[in-house]
Amino acid sequence: MAEETKAPEASAGETRTAERPERSDRDRGPRGPRPGGPGGGREGGRKYFRRKKVCKFCTEKIEAINYKDVRLLAGFVAESGKIVPRRLTGVCTPHQRRLSAAIKQARNIALLPFAGRAQ
Amino acid sequence: MNRTYELMFIVRPDMVDEDLNKLISTLESSVTSAHGTLKSEVWGKRRLAYKVRKFNDGIFVLLILEGSGAMVHELERRLRVTEPVIKFLTVRTDEELKRLDKIKKLRESRKKASAAPPVTPEAGAEPAPAAV
Repeated sequence: MAEETKAPEASAGETRTAERPERSDRDRGPRGPRPGGPGGGREGGRKYFRRKKVCKFCTEKIEAINYKDVRLLAGFVAESGKIVPRRLTGVCTPHQRRLSAAIKQARNIALLPFAGRAQ
Repeated sequence: MNRTYELMFIVRPDMVDEDLNKLISTLESSVTSAHGTLKSEVWGKRRLAYKVRKFNDGIFVLLILEGSGAMVHELERRLRVTEPVIKFLTVRTDEELKRLDKIKKLRESRKKASAAPPVTPEAGAEPAPAAV
């Protein structure tokens, strides 16, 4: 259902880039294959083509978000140790809720840092 | 009332395997005396994300428990008074496991329903538990 509602937005975005051909070349960079984690289009939203973000956990059907899976969680933690917001990663609300709970548990048992990079 | 828990604890990195095994077996005996079951996994030495009691790494141990809350309470008390244990975390997992099971079943029944459209969802759902 969410995909249906999002689809028109994406097509609208494409038409917008077509109107501005001089920018479309620059836009192609961030549009390439990007891992589901943070980053991408962070600096000055206007310049970049807004890519349709999809929830990594929904598309890959990862249901178990566990505090022990440090590698998975580390993708959703900024270098400062902060949890990356939904608007940057595209994770859906229910999954973000579980994700943040798991990150907090992982912090508690010293698998992830509270602040700063892991030593 | 039996529930499942995961208890992860970290012991200081300079602990000898022998002592660690002894510690785990004492924990095990206290679990069995409370009519619970225990499965232990030693992750081995790992880097800590931040300093804990001036240690930069520690030996991680994961216990998968089944039993009552009182049992977990007792285990936590033991860990707190055991000097080499520098950190521990208990997570209740039964509800999460139940939720995952439900999703798995749902997906299987859906897969079957899509493979054989004339089958009613009830008939499609029935063979799923047998397969699990």
